[in-house]
Amino acid sequence: MNIVVAIKHIPSIADDLPVKGNNVDFDSVDFVLNECDEHSIEQAVLVKEAVGGTVTVIGVDMIGELDNALHLALAKGADKAVKITGDDPAADSHMQAKWLAEAIKGMGANIVFAGVQASNDLDGQIGPMIAAYLDMPYIGGVSSVEATGDSATVNKEFAGGVGAKYSVSMPLVAGVQVCVKPPRYAPMSKVRQMAQTATIEKVAPSGDSSSGLVFKKMAPPVVTGHAEMIEGSSKEVAKKIVELLKSKGLA
Amino acid sequence: MAGPIKAKFVEKEHAIVDGVDISGHWNRMFEQRVITEYTPELIEKIADLPNAESFANCYQCAKCVAVCPVDVVGNYGPRKLYRYAQTGMDLTEAPELWLCTTCANCLRVCPKEVNMVKIMPAAREEAILQGKFVPAELQQAFENTAKSGNPLGQPQRKRDAWIQSAGVPVPIIKDLGRKVSVLWYVGSYPSYHPRGIDAAAAAARIFNALGIDFAILGKEEKDDADSQRLAGEKGLFEMMTEQNIETFNKYEWDEMVVTGPHELNAFKNVYPKYGFERPVVHYSTFLARYLDQLKPLLKHSVKKKITYHDPCYLGRHNGEYEAPRKLLEAIPGVELVEMQRNRENGYCCGGGGGGMWMDSFTAKHTTMRLSEKRAMEAASTGANVLAVACPFEVSRFTDAVKSTGNEHVDVLDILELLDRSMRGEQ
Ligand code: SF4
Ligand code: SF4
Repeated sequence: MNIVVAIKHIPSIADDLPVKGNNVDFDSVDFVLNECDEHSIEQAVLVKEAVGGTVTVIGVDMIGELDNALHLALAKGADKAVKITGDDPAADSHMQAKWLAEAIKGMGANIVFAGVQASNDLDGQIGPMIAAYLDMPYIGGVSSVEATGDSATVNKEFAGGVGAKYSVSMPLVAGVQVCVKPPRYAPMSKVRQMAQTATIEKVAPSGDSSSGLVFKKMAPPVVTGHAEMIEGSSKEVAKKIVELLKSKGLA
Repeated sequence: MAGPIKAKFVEKEHAIVDGVDISGHWNRMFEQRVITEYTPELIEKIADLPNAESFANCYQCAKCVAVCPVDVVGNYGPRKLYRYAQTGMDLTEAPELWLCTTCANCLRVCPKEVNMVKIMPAAREEAILQGKFVPAELQQAFENTAKSGNPLGQPQRKRDAWIQSAGVPVPIIKDLGRKVSVLWYVGSYPSYHPRGIDAAAAAARIFNALGIDFAILGKEEKDDADSQRLAGEKGLFEMMTEQNIETFNKYEWDEMVVTGPHELNAFKNVYPKYGFERPVVHYSTFLARYLDQLKPLLKHSVKKKITYHDPCYLGRHNGEYEAPRKLLEAIPGVELVEMQRNRENGYCCGGGGGGMWMDSFTAKHTTMRLSEKRAMEAASTGANVLAVACPFEVSRFTDAVKSTGNEHVDVLDILELLDRSMRGEQ
């Protein structure tokens, strides 16, 4: 089975997000792998382990630091790593989807995995757009994938804890929300070994696309209210909570 | 017990050891003695790992069990682990793999020098490399350390943000651009954890008051990762070590002072293997040298009954028991009382060997947290302050005094107590 995982490198929100002009100040922010993509990589490796094949991880290199994420993916069980030398930290998900689709086109993928959305724009378009460009079916909100021959059984999650099982013919694009198992841990010795020995294939970006959105202004949210911390021993705190609930007519 | 039973034991009528039939008539009292033979595979599996050889030395005397802090709240100790392995437990797959805090109390009493401080990291590393179960919280701490340079997952560029709360100058060695006598390695918890910052700020004020020529690494400082090593992530430790040694050697300084005992252990005892051999001391040892200058600064009386918790990595691992006590005794008004388990026999807080990041996991396999047991012991002395000297402990014990109904016991770093005496209650 030929499995491709499209990943996205996004600004980390572990720190306050610095703003410069109309966008994030990309020079003073760390980039991290989007969380859904961590699950997507794990799901891909699980499928490979179940039915055999190769996993190729591919992403747009936004700031020249994608190698770390790719080495981690290789240490977790991916077989090949490809980076698209985008070098544009502001490339939106439509742009990235186009570049990814162009690069994936010739790979003969049976399944393309993509995180269902990324926490920077919550756009959720990379998977569907790759599917459209490659003329494959797309299924999002995926929480497990079992591949057999030329079709796959896919669990898709809906709101309110409802799920459904689909049988999808391959090739297909799956937007992974969460992997059936928590992503595995890659020991640092393996990651470093990958960093020393693995070759990452470079591909120039090809094609053009845009979401059409224009950033007019970007600013950190204004703080309007504060949470009240109730101090004291557990008994005092409990008493105050009861009073508070009563005063609001809730108890 | 987790994991498949692989070892088996067989009853035998006869057993020949070194050519002697030990089931012979001379060796039984009334009837044929039952001889039991165990397969040693699961013991060998551990003892064959580099550094874990001493696991096979155990001769089941059980001295270790009596002093193992985990056994007090569960069922543990090297003797038991050996026995479990003998009867079918694969340590690399069992929850027991993660319970040892590498406190070294068993090693202190073991006649056969069975050394869990070496066995555990080796067995854990094997489990990690084989893709076996790793507690999720621990995994998170590893990933945070690799990504952000600290187990808390805080941004590297905020590492020196705590300085603002010190209210005194805290020079960064890079900006200073000259040699200093003391390079102060602050540590991850004192840099980021709110209660740790309290201790860091106190240390900064004390160093200033004593007129010490010091500087910190600021944004260049990264976690020592010693506890990650003991939790089995040697590769991560080595990566951090290479980066740290490079940073340390970039600057000129005479002596390094560390806030935490784990950093002391890393830099003093482990880094020499990686080519770094420069003087490193814990702050308590360092400040005890300045007692004569310090005493006149301790103007305000701190009327507290204080009991001091010996951190395993300051005491047993590095032999420093007296300096912290001398510092506490120098504070006017302080009455120092000892817990039953102190100094060499100090009871572990549960934070060592990666325990700091496995509390929820450990809770499933013990009757109470080690920190809770210790908090109760502290309270039973009648003390109203539990003094600590390790940045892991403030948060651990603050939670533990609350959960055991001992809120009246304040958990304070020795640095905070000295600072209080210097400046008065703020
Ligand atoms: S003290 Fe040493 S020899 Fe005795 S039971 Fe414990 S580990 Fe074995
Ligand atoms: S090192 Fe400490 S926790 Fe581990 S087995 Fe020995 S006494 Fe118990």
